[in-house]
Amino acid sequence: MKYYATRILEKGNIAVDDTILVKDVPATAGSRILENFKPLFSAEAVLRLENKDYTIAGKTHVGEFGLDLCGEFSYYSEKDENLYGAAAQLIANGDVKAALGVDMNGSTRRAAALSNVCFLKPTYGTVSRYGVISCAASGEQIGVYAKNVDSVSEIMSVIAGHDEKDGTSLKNERYNYSTYIPVSAKRVCVVKELLEKADEKTRARVSSFVESLRANGVTVDEISLDFFDIANVAWQILMTAETCNNVSRYDGVKYGHRAKEYKNIDELYTNTRTEGFNFLTKAVILYGSDVLSKNRYDECYGKSLKVRRVIAERFEELMKNYDAVLTPVCSATAYESYDIHQAFEKVFAEGVFTSVANLIGTPALVSNGVQLLGKHFDESTLLSLAGVVERKGE
Amino acid sequence: MNYELVIGLETHVELDTKSKIFCSCGGHSSPKEPNDCVCPACSGMPGMLPIMNKRVVELAVTAGLMLNCEISRYTTFDKKNYYYPDLPCSYQTTQLNHPICTNGCVTLNTSLGNRDIRIKQIHMEEDAGKLVHEGKSSFVDFNRTSVPLIEIVTQPDFRTAEEVLAYLNKLKSMFRSGGVSECEEGAMRCDVNISVRPEGSEEYGVRTEIKNMSSFEAIDRAIRYEAQRHMDALEFGTEELVQETRRFDDISGKTFAMRNKETEADYRYFPDANIMPIIIDDEWLEQIKATKPVAVDEKADAYRAAGISEKEIEMLIYNSNISKLLDDVVALGCNAKDTATWILTDCAGVLRKDGKTLGDLSVTAEKLAAIIKMVDSGSVNRNAGKKILIAVVEDGVDPIAYCKENALDRKVDASAIEEIIDKVLSENPRALEDYKNGKEKAKQALFGACMKELKGAGNPAVIKEVLENKLNNC
Repeated sequence: MKYYATRILEKGNIAVDDTILVKDVPATAGSRILENFKPLFSAEAVLRLENKDYTIAGKTHVGEFGLDLCGEFSYYSEKDENLYGAAAQLIANGDVKAALGVDMNGSTRRAAALSNVCFLKPTYGTVSRYGVISCAASGEQIGVYAKNVDSVSEIMSVIAGHDEKDGTSLKNERYNYSTYIPVSAKRVCVVKELLEKADEKTRARVSSFVESLRANGVTVDEISLDFFDIANVAWQILMTAETCNNVSRYDGVKYGHRAKEYKNIDELYTNTRTEGFNFLTKAVILYGSDVLSKNRYDECYGKSLKVRRVIAERFEELMKNYDAVLTPVCSATAYESYDIHQAFEKVFAEGVFTSVANLIGTPALVSNGVQLLGKHFDESTLLSLAGVVERKGE
Repeated sequence: MNYELVIGLETHVELDTKSKIFCSCGGHSSPKEPNDCVCPACSGMPGMLPIMNKRVVELAVTAGLMLNCEISRYTTFDKKNYYYPDLPCSYQTTQLNHPICTNGCVTLNTSLGNRDIRIKQIHMEEDAGKLVHEGKSSFVDFNRTSVPLIEIVTQPDFRTAEEVLAYLNKLKSMFRSGGVSECEEGAMRCDVNISVRPEGSEEYGVRTEIKNMSSFEAIDRAIRYEAQRHMDALEFGTEELVQETRRFDDISGKTFAMRNKETEADYRYFPDANIMPIIIDDEWLEQIKATKPVAVDEKADAYRAAGISEKEIEMLIYNSNISKLLDDVVALGCNAKDTATWILTDCAGVLRKDGKTLGDLSVTAEKLAAIIKMVDSGSVNRNAGKKILIAVVEDGVDPIAYCKENALDRKVDASAIEEIIDKVLSENPRALEDYKNGKEKAKQALFGACMKELKGAGNPAVIKEVLENKLNNC
């Protein structure tokens, strides 16, 4: 039970993280506030897998609302038990074929990198968010953990595609998740500024990935790019604001945790939420309320929306010359145990590697402890690039 | 000093859609028991996403066209954050930055003459649920959550309570005729922004907002009370006016402060990322325009052209059921002016006797048309027609059958008429003598006596002919 929040089947081949709903199976997003909440329906991605005869092995622990580094702060598991991500660890152990996770603030990608498994965050709008315990609607996507890119591709082909139950789901019916497109003419850039933020071991992983790519004829340049920091700030503003709003429905009135002691409705709200959320979620709620407040909106939230547009243009411009951007995923190859009061700052700092993909909705693939960022709908290039590196190692 | 009243209105109207604004639960007219029409989406459960109901957009655009608004081709939704148990998501989905309609105008016909009221904007939003308090417990009924609303915001263009009521009546009749909303009790709610300034002043006075009133009578009383309160404060310094939100208490007829500006909640509006911007292209707009019913002003012009009086037009325009009845009767071949009199004078008279109003009228167009045609063709006289009308309005009888059963029909057979005429002639020998002596007037007197004897039955032209024949052969 170390990794599972709820075990459903003895021999399922898919794990689902606890921010994704499976009908009648308790879903908590790792938070006490959703204690004993049983959903009335399954997420669209889960239904699509079940329709293709995949079976759900169980729900895996997540850090509360997926806001932490990689799953260490769940109400339902011991602190640090999942410092490598519960779903990613199940894949690493070979317990399941694949796992679904919600990529929102980088925790899924970091867990995959630390556990040395694959994780694909697809283009925004390709996988239905119906049945996701939503925090940051404008950038979150269900992604797939698996041991190798071929398994990622197999699962993505099942879950991707238009769903009328999600207004942000794109109309496309088919996407390309090929892992074997020719890579010899591809161009990849490595971002100097991001390498500098990572430790030596992490840089070595990037170097070794670069060597493998070059050995397969891929051109790799090291370049300087200045927008990752600002992209991270913009995403943290949008993410905290949207999360603050989306978790405001957990008020103790309808379902989930309700405080035992209260004298009136205001105390019911306050006591329930004081008990129900952990320190990190409370920090996110406070930051989110602040950036949305009337006198701060224009300089924070409004500006972040503009930054989102500018960065999308800058990224598009960059991708005229390159097919993918190669970056670290975390600043280190392992995290040390730390206190939850430091969590907000730590996650913020690590977000510099992951946030841009959530901000502008582009795909990101984690493989061999590194990250490949690509153009919208160009998952196949990322999968194929990682594929040649992966297969060389075999 | 003389003072001028300045009023702006925010009016919420529940739209008549089959389903709610973001889910497939039944709309406002569906629910019977508490929480009958509720799903994971409209009860705020995690994992559900809002799916826009297209019909809501169409009805909002229809309302905008009726109020002469500019229709936005790009419209978006925002979230408004506040905690209340009847708001399951703890935010209301509404429109702040790109409302669906802007810059409209509506012309009112009041005692001050024609007055234009500018419409600032119309936006779409979802309604909240209802709290039910029983003893020490409170319950939440989510049937009304996510029922679609439009909010119509005017500029501060009203100067009297009378104008406000004329405006609300006009909205009501327009929305009913356009299928936008039936505007039943509680489906139309108003926030009134009110201030008072010395006559001739350009600057606005301190503004207060009276929240959430649904009866027109309450709105009228609230405006009058609040205006007097402001004037007393300005004239006699009875109190210091502050910008605040107030509520109207129906029993005492007074308004009370709810909260003032300083402590007012910051709703932290921001764009809703789950609802993609809605694009209204030419094709869609034309489709909506094609289904838009005739505007009120056009309808009034048509009635005027048919010779209906201004007073009657006003009654018709503000009562769409009655104007529809009139249109239907006219469509069955009756004259519009006569029909208006039948409905607004005769039917209204019958109802008034029973303590009812035209709103209670349930006569069908077919029955009313049948009565009017009988009178027009001369087969019954107007008094008989009225008798039939009373029976039809009160008991819903079939007019033609009722006419026959009660012998109100003028088609009394010729032998019966001859009998009566013979009787009249034998009872009035002097008149007959006068006629024979060349007095034409005597013929009129005899004719009148026959008509009296027949009690209104029989066709006068026929009676006249038979009488003349008799007289000439005497």
